[in-house]
Amino acid sequence: MAAVETVPREIGQDFEFGEPRRWVRTLVWVMLAFFGIHLLATIASVLVNSFAGQWFDTWLPTSWTLRWFSQSWTEFGLSQVLPVTFFVGLVVVLVSLLIAVPAAYALARSQMPGKKYVLLALALPVIVPTITYGVPLATLIYGLGLGGQLIGVILINLVPAVPFAILVLTPFMEAIDPRIEHAARMCGARTATIFRRIVVPLLRNGLLAVGIMLLVRALGTFDLTFLVAGPDSQTLVVALYYAVSAAGFRVNQSIDAMAVLYMATNFALLAFAFRYVNPARMMARSS
Amino acid sequence: MSSPAAAPPKPRRSRVKQFLARYDRAALLLLPALVFLVALFIYPMLYGVQLSLNPAEGGPFSNYVEFWSDPFLRDSVWFTFRLAIPGTLINVAIALPLAVLMRGRFRGKQFIASALIFPIVLGSVLIGKGLLNYLGPAGWLNRTLETLGIIDQPLVLTGNYWGVLLAIIIADLPFVFLLLLSYASGLDEDVEKAAAVHGAGPWQRFSKITFPLLLPGLVTTTALAFVLAFGTFPSALIVGDPSGETRTMGIAAYRAAFQDFDYSMASTVSMLMAAIELLVVAIIFALRRRVHTPTT
Repeated sequence: MAAVETVPREIGQDFEFGEPRRWVRTLVWVMLAFFGIHLLATIASVLVNSFAGQWFDTWLPTSWTLRWFSQSWTEFGLSQVLPVTFFVGLVVVLVSLLIAVPAAYALARSQMPGKKYVLLALALPVIVPTITYGVPLATLIYGLGLGGQLIGVILINLVPAVPFAILVLTPFMEAIDPRIEHAARMCGARTATIFRRIVVPLLRNGLLAVGIMLLVRALGTFDLTFLVAGPDSQTLVVALYYAVSAAGFRVNQSIDAMAVLYMATNFALLAFAFRYVNPARMMARSS
Repeated sequence: MSSPAAAPPKPRRSRVKQFLARYDRAALLLLPALVFLVALFIYPMLYGVQLSLNPAEGGPFSNYVEFWSDPFLRDSVWFTFRLAIPGTLINVAIALPLAVLMRGRFRGKQFIASALIFPIVLGSVLIGKGLLNYLGPAGWLNRTLETLGIIDQPLVLTGNYWGVLLAIIIADLPFVFLLLLSYASGLDEDVEKAAAVHGAGPWQRFSKITFPLLLPGLVTTTALAFVLAFGTFPSALIVGDPSGETRTMGIAAYRAAFQDFDYSMASTVSMLMAAIELLVVAIIFALRRRVHTPTT
């Protein structure tokens, strides 16, 4: 710190650049408030409407009720939709990780030729719009007779999930010191043992982060599920979409009740995830 | 898109052996992922190309000709860009100053970051439904503006272009911000400290040091923001006017497949959509190479 003290005073004051200037800070808060007010109002309008008894041309509903929640539960068959949603989400996460962990290991450790092309090929499903491969893939899935079935929904959701998991896990894998594995191997451990006892435990944070991100994506991915889902294989977000697009036949409030249930589910998952991983730090490591 | 095994072999035999010897056993672990990629992504894409070249009537390229000659289909390209380009620029413009400031230390920083990331949990369908309520003719926004005497007639913000643009901003900004934040927080502070010691003011430090260093990350982020906005599908259906001015390419493809059951035309639209998007991403990255890149 001695060097800092020799800096002329006027520069030294400017040196504290941890702290942005006051007007800059004020501007940020104003921008954020503008964004935040509209965002909160958007969410609140759904929330308030889901509890509204009667709401015509007033600021707030004139009466309140809970009946939309029970009504949407039966009307949209949520007792079936919710288990399907969680089942699809969990299977997608597990299968993606099973494929992605070995692949990320290979990409992190091996200096094989053509690695660049593999990475590029893996990036493609993440960057092209879902609908572009979704439409031909859905056509294929219907052709195989899997349309409207759970397996079709799972397959189509795996397409963006697996490459995404590989790409995010690879830097986590690179951060593991290979010398630990060499040491284990010298002591006689086999590859399977190394995976089970060393790689997976060291990868715990990365696995958790990727798993949660995959789950949120699988729950929120609308387009792909929408293309292949049948009445028995709808996930929550697709049921929600059908409710919104068929509005007029449905009671507006019961749609919003479902939307609130959807938001609560996602929020609970993310709150759980963020207790374990800091998203900003995680992204920093993955890029 | 070649797998390592399909990489071009060297002309002489011994070279082939040498080449194969460079694959250790770890490369085998990549096999399930490659099989997956070929079966569920590459094959469907090729199948899509093949479908698009086999229309119900006419020659192999008649679908492509029809796409560019039928205004109903052709205009979807324009509608997509009209949403995607402003959406991308607005998202990057909001995220850039915020991400740069997040490197500093000030009160409420954690709160701002969480508030910006929060919309990730909402999902596009919920955002669409919320915007329908909030921006609708009897929604809180119009009600507030009318009470304040700013407008006489309710603003029409749903069922048209504006609703979808707002949905793009709310839904995609968190991802754009997160990615840019990761690049910004990865920059070396010492360079800026050195500049500060030499008397550079905050604006000079930003324009001469932080911004050039951040440029490669900014380009990648812009590409991601474009990709997200280009693929907008549910909000264009819900808050937009899917038969009119928000009939994006995604909607055109979906309609062709599942309303007209013309899978060949649906594949044509899909392939064109992928090609156009990749072209734009390639242009973004090509521009990056043309601008000066710092060596640190």
